[in-house]
Amino acid sequence: MRMSKIVRFGADVLFGAIVIFGLYIIMHGHLTPGGGFQGGAVVATGVALVIVAYSYEEVIGMVKKFVLTIQESAGLVMFAGVALIAIGLGTTFFFNFLANSGSLFGMTVPFGPNSGELNTGGVLPLMNIAVGIEVWGGLAIIILYMLSGIGKTEEA
Amino acid sequence: MRKELSVLIIIIFGLFLGLIALDLTFGEPDNAAMDDYFIRNGQEQAATNNIVTTIVFDYRGFDTLGESTVLFTAVVGVGLIYRKLVRGDADENE
Repeated sequence: MRMSKIVRFGADVLFGAIVIFGLYIIMHGHLTPGGGFQGGAVVATGVALVIVAYSYEEVIGMVKKFVLTIQESAGLVMFAGVALIAIGLGTTFFFNFLANSGSLFGMTVPFGPNSGELNTGGVLPLMNIAVGIEVWGGLAIIILYMLSGIGKTEEA
Repeated sequence: MRKELSVLIIIIFGLFLGLIALDLTFGEPDNAAMDDYFIRNGQEQAATNNIVTTIVFDYRGFDTLGESTVLFTAVVGVGLIYRKLVRGDADENE
């Protein structure tokens, strides 16, 4: 099953915008509404758009299921790993050891309304990125698995 | 008979939800000590403007770990179900 050239071109144009918007939501999770879960879902929507516009065989040629599986596992491992690093530094599980430290994502935030700075939040941006990677891979692999099931039953 | 029964169930359930909704109050919880703590200290302790993200990933980080595990388990379950359908010619897909 193959969509018309109009649909495929529209998907090509929109895919980049959707992925960038999703990555923006992930990256600004500690400043604006949104975060890893929501941004990952947006990026997975872009993957779903490509899957709708192209045939299953073409999508399998573009991205392997194996890669998405690794991506999902890597997100979860990174999430737990950042939480475990805090134990290695002599604090508690999930302690925000980067906040107010002056290093990566370590700028201080004054109390009350302020304009917001991307380089704040301590480990929260790292965890947003980890969860975003996991949700992106997880939802995309679910769509691909279900599509593979449909394709096989129709042929049989 | 079945139609009347379902209408009756809908009416009873709607009354049940409606009576609960009449009792709800919004905006002024009885125990606000923890909310006030998050609002007063969240910005300085976690260096984050978004208090919701602060709670989800910092104060309640353990809950989020469970949430991620739920998603991971769901994906593993879907993979297990659909793996069987393509077992005949698995070399094409993986």
